[in-house]
Amino acid sequence: MSQPSPPVNPSARKRLLLMARPRATKANAFAALLAVLLGFAVATQVRQNQSLGLASLRQSELVTILDNATLLSARLDQNARELQATRDQLVNGSTGDAAALKAAQERVDALGILAGTARAHGPGIRMTIGDRGGKVTPPLLLDAIEELRDAGAEAIQVGNVRVVASSHFDQVATGVEIDNTPVTQPYTILAIGDPPTMSSAMEIPGGLSENVRQLGASITITQAKDLTVGALHSLHAPRYARPVAPPGATPTP
Amino acid sequence: MIPALGLLVGLAVGLFLHPDVPLALQPYLPIAVIAAMDAVFGGVRAVLDGIFNDKVFVVSFLSNVVVAAFIVFLGDQLGVGSQLSTGVVVVLGIRIFSNVASIRRHLFRA
Repeated sequence: MSQPSPPVNPSARKRLLLMARPRATKANAFAALLAVLLGFAVATQVRQNQSLGLASLRQSELVTILDNATLLSARLDQNARELQATRDQLVNGSTGDAAALKAAQERVDALGILAGTARAHGPGIRMTIGDRGGKVTPPLLLDAIEELRDAGAEAIQVGNVRVVASSHFDQVATGVEIDNTPVTQPYTILAIGDPPTMSSAMEIPGGLSENVRQLGASITITQAKDLTVGALHSLHAPRYARPVAPPGATPTP
Repeated sequence: MIPALGLLVGLAVGLFLHPDVPLALQPYLPIAVIAAMDAVFGGVRAVLDGIFNDKVFVVSFLSNVVVAAFIVFLGDQLGVGSQLSTGVVVVLGIRIFSNVASIRRHLFRA
């Protein structure tokens, strides 16, 4: 078959067609059988090659592949460790942030209720003092506030003025002013706290109720499961007072 | 024509049955396939040259396959199996190419 190719033969195609015509010879049948075997072998080998990656490889190739796989695995392990560390860092950071945020929010809520800059609701008492004779004085109202605080009131509102640490009571010609806001009669005092404790503190002998009645004014106290102290106190930045740095802290510039 | 149909039938059977190659035959099957293909192309070329002979074709087919497998087997025994397989594939590849070139010259005159 390695002989030099003959000159171009014009009847080559014809001869191919002639040969392709079915002939019932023993050799042709045998050739067909061989062709079947060849096709079968090709298909089998291709499938084998696709399904079995490593089984047909030789030792040196397997060693190379193993080396590559080991290297790759080491590199991926390294990557995985780094990513794990990053992930841990991020998770810890975010939970820490969330906890700090929650604590800060709780602090803001508590301070807002204390400073009167946030509305508050909860169980409490509603106290109405009717004073036709104008006998109720600021000191008496202040007494009432103090008694309520003593009984555990957490947020107090008189009329529509929120009572906070800096609130001041004044007697003016028209009546009583709290923080320069006139409070109209009847004086309505809302206090959030434990209702039974506060109402009993108001009603004890020699307490507020008795004093008010002695002056000829009327007082009614009702306990409520849920009332809202909706008046707000507006904050002003202190002009003179400055916070003192806690010991050990570096002063901020 | 009948051998060409036989080739297709064999392909179909192999694809549908997907048999497993016995482990002992695994290194030899690919080489045997290449050798058989060389014989087939050589046969087609002989047809075009006008010197085709059924008997020669069958014998060359079988001897090609057996010799190729034997060379690889020998190489495996000597410890140079992969190198010898490569060598056999290269030689058979060259032969296939030259046969195809001859067929092409016959059919397309180019």
